[in-house]
Amino acid sequence: MKFLLIKFWLLIVTTVQLTACGENNWNNPYAASETGENILYSVFTERPKHLDPVQSYSSNEIQFTAQIYEPPLQYHYLKRPFVLIPATAEEMPIVKYFDAEGIQLSDEAHSNDIVYSVYEISIKPEIFYQPHPAFVMDEQDNWLYHALNEQTLASIFKLSDFAYTDTRELEAEDYVYQVKRLAHPRLHSPIYGLMADYIVGLKEYAAALKNAELNLPEGEKYLDLRKHRLEGVQVIDKYTYRIKIHGKYPQFLYWLAMPFFAPIPWEADRFYSQLGLMQKNITLDWYPVGTGPYMLTENDPNLRMVLEKNPNFHDEYYPTKGMLGDDESGLLKDAGKKLPFIDKVIYTREKESIPRWNKFMQGYYDASGIGSDSFDQAVQLVGQGEATVTEEMEEQGIRLETTVAVSTYYMGFNMLDPVVGGRNERERESARKLRQAISIAVDYEEFISIFANGRGIPAQSPISPGIVGYRDGREGINSIVYDWIGGQPQRKSIQTAKALLAEAGYPNGIDRKTGAPLILYFDVTARSSEDRSKLDWMRKQFQKLNIQLVVRSTDYNRFQDKIRKGNAQIFEWGWNADYPDPENFLFLLYGPQRKVGNSGENAVNYDNTEYNQLFEQMKNMENGPERQLIIDRMVEILRYDAPWLWGYHPKDYGLYHSWYQNVKPNRISNNNIKYFKIDANLREAKRREWNEPVFWPIALIPIILMISFVPAVGAFRRHESSTAVRKA
Amino acid sequence: MLSYIVRRLFYAIPILIGVNLLTFTLFFVVNTPDDMARMQLGIKYVTPEAIEKWKVERGYDKPLLFNSEVEKLEKLTNTIFFEKSISMFVFEFGRSDDGRDIAREIKSRMMPSLAIALPVFVLGLLVYITFALLIVFFRATYIDFWGVVICVALMSISSLFYIIVGQFLVSKLWHWVPISGYGTGLDATKFLLLPVLIGVISSAGSHIRWYRTIFLEEMNKEYVRTARAKGLSERIVLFRHVLKNALIPILTGAVVVVPLLFLGSLLVESFFGIPGLGSYTIDAINSQDFAIVRAMVFLGSMLYIVGLILTDISYTLVDPRIRLT
Repeated sequence: MKFLLIKFWLLIVTTVQLTACGENNWNNPYAASETGENILYSVFTERPKHLDPVQSYSSNEIQFTAQIYEPPLQYHYLKRPFVLIPATAEEMPIVKYFDAEGIQLSDEAHSNDIVYSVYEISIKPEIFYQPHPAFVMDEQDNWLYHALNEQTLASIFKLSDFAYTDTRELEAEDYVYQVKRLAHPRLHSPIYGLMADYIVGLKEYAAALKNAELNLPEGEKYLDLRKHRLEGVQVIDKYTYRIKIHGKYPQFLYWLAMPFFAPIPWEADRFYSQLGLMQKNITLDWYPVGTGPYMLTENDPNLRMVLEKNPNFHDEYYPTKGMLGDDESGLLKDAGKKLPFIDKVIYTREKESIPRWNKFMQGYYDASGIGSDSFDQAVQLVGQGEATVTEEMEEQGIRLETTVAVSTYYMGFNMLDPVVGGRNERERESARKLRQAISIAVDYEEFISIFANGRGIPAQSPISPGIVGYRDGREGINSIVYDWIGGQPQRKSIQTAKALLAEAGYPNGIDRKTGAPLILYFDVTARSSEDRSKLDWMRKQFQKLNIQLVVRSTDYNRFQDKIRKGNAQIFEWGWNADYPDPENFLFLLYGPQRKVGNSGENAVNYDNTEYNQLFEQMKNMENGPERQLIIDRMVEILRYDAPWLWGYHPKDYGLYHSWYQNVKPNRISNNNIKYFKIDANLREAKRREWNEPVFWPIALIPIILMISFVPAVGAFRRHESSTAVRKA
Repeated sequence: MLSYIVRRLFYAIPILIGVNLLTFTLFFVVNTPDDMARMQLGIKYVTPEAIEKWKVERGYDKPLLFNSEVEKLEKLTNTIFFEKSISMFVFEFGRSDDGRDIAREIKSRMMPSLAIALPVFVLGLLVYITFALLIVFFRATYIDFWGVVICVALMSISSLFYIIVGQFLVSKLWHWVPISGYGTGLDATKFLLLPVLIGVISSAGSHIRWYRTIFLEEMNKEYVRTARAKGLSERIVLFRHVLKNALIPILTGAVVVVPLLFLGSLLVESFFGIPGLGSYTIDAINSQDFAIVRAMVFLGSMLYIVGLILTDISYTLVDPRIRLT
């Protein structure tokens, strides 16, 4: 029996060893057929909610839609600050300005005189959509799949179940169709409210469509937008269209680089409006149709999403010019080569950070972010705080790429609060000094060092680096909080803060009027145990001024509710820019954008007349010295009023394996996969080297079992063979 | 027996209504329809009009439990609770807040959940009974003592610890199986080995101890003494007589969980990237998708009731003295 067991175990060990000599490592999560293929392996943590370009907005959605859909414009991949260039457009849009009578004005016309702006966009010919069943016609020129019957539907479960696909050329009409979809009554475009203020007639169009939908025949789901005219958009010819907007809005160009303005062919909308397909979850929201470099061929948001090269993708080439240093870092090695380089992108859903990190270390993911728990393993600081990968990472050929995100994290003071905002002139003056004192006391340099592993730079204003209007060096420092000493900013002393606090009416943290200690309230969302140390740290910062900070923790819904109603006093908030323009940061403090009453994005309800006027002036200006002057003045007002404790701009750290090339990370442009390149052979070799199975534990298991059981069996046998009564 | 089953099924209706009402109340105490809308529409540029439109489209613009603005019975029927609950009883789960058909999602996610839960259940039962018998077989030796000590230790450790250590040792250090992921057909095997192993080990302590107690209790009964007096070996006594009689409580305890196997495991699925119903439920809670939460709680309650009925039936099969009337 014992020998039989040993033989069986030896058989298992031998089989296992023989299997190990096969093509794949045992722990390879991918199919053997993918070995050595030109595939990029990536992850997604949250399932995307929408893939319809009119609805999708989150970063976890746009990582897919940006590769599939092509708006008319895009950002230059290598140039910084960010530069818009044509994508499907022949050239940058021609913008014409008109007054109320429809008379064309010069480009230099004052924004107050401009009543309408018209953007004329010409797209390149010979751009074709990805293969899709919506475009298929039968021999009689009837749409094959636009009126599916029960019988056909019975065998359809996913888009790839359709036997035939076809394509057609991209037309200006498709862009117009998409602009109309912003107002579709069944769709929720997050930018509808914003665009309704700009695109001429969009608001009225939404009402007209709502009416039209009510009059649709019973059972009909398709609302043919071609039959309904929208005043603000116009098809000029097959390749040209115009968008008419109210007033002057230079930032509109940035919106034209987002998937909201990508083309949608009416055939796709018609195809997906069939009830039978909707019931099977086959909708435009889940199966995009685009002209971009990739198409979604597998959509299982619970497990994996697969993008494959669009066989109809038009000619586009890797940029030939970049920034200083791009050539040295190998970013121009593929200059002028046809895009895209990668055949397939496999996104695997990975909800937990531990398996995600380990699979990256094993070479099964090509890139990874760095969580706080793996930071020390991945990054070390050398020289003057310069971040680099640790030796362990370097041995594996992993490199670190960093970039300052166009984001800002700040602590907001609710300006409607009597203590930190003030109700009358005297209170407001006192509150301003209180806010300034707190701005000095809360040491964000320390915060970044302790809680962000040094991944961030202290903010001097809302505008993040890399954005027009941001100033570096001495002229860029917040003079309320910092002094310029020895060629670098130095936070003012706590005595300065205490003096301001006394001027505010709280000498040594005691309310002069009541004699009671000053207590402030910090509203936060429900915190995990690891965040408690952050709150303790924050309490200590306020304690420097002898101010008691009371933390009011609540769930996210209640927290948002407090902000909307203006019931919070001090809170933390953040903002990721939609586009690289100072307007997208400065509007966060524009009076008419306040949360209370206006449901805007100004969470602190700051309202300063001069600032508001300057904002209105600045937002319509072209970049240049004149605009910079206004921005400088606006920033100066903000620093003085200190409605935010400016916090910090986070730095993105990303780790990339040696086989992953042409990476220049940024958070503004999202259609970057077409520029990336993978050395699949190198990856394969490294994976094999790093993932050799370890055999000794297999042999150890039976040994441990035998050692444990042999004496027990002996004891049991002795017990069994012993007599009930022992001989005397 | 048929009348008993029919009666139990009728009893299930008020239980399901109660569970539904409780879920509804708890969910809406924490999340208002406005919160749900905001969660779906995103953080930026959300206007009050967009929120209102979202609510109207999904029927969340009505009062929660009582509509005072309408007449008679409509006061109760023209409410979110009634409209969202009544369809459940005909298994129409509707659409999730992102527009996907919930029934279809449940159907497609049931198999991955079952692919882990079923082997864990079957293998677990075999392993736990075997080890419990082994400990009883070697009772009064050091194996019995250390067996119980190890069982207590296993019970004291969180299942998260087993997952992390399992992934570290088996996948990261020894490179035997993928750390996480899922495949279809035979390809799924390599992804299931580790979660199944961890599933079995993490519940081993409590189950082995429980089964050991059951076996020991049987060992003290008179028929065992008679068997021994007949001169049967300890092995025969244990495996032929004790095991057979001890199976009654084990089997009835196991039957109750069988229907729940479909619902999957929240933690294991999340860490191993298994696209099952456990992770579906967690995602829905995180995204405040009431339609999915409601459907999953309803399904869970219903399967539990089915499990209890099956347990009652299994009693009659394993113990001829019991009759269901």
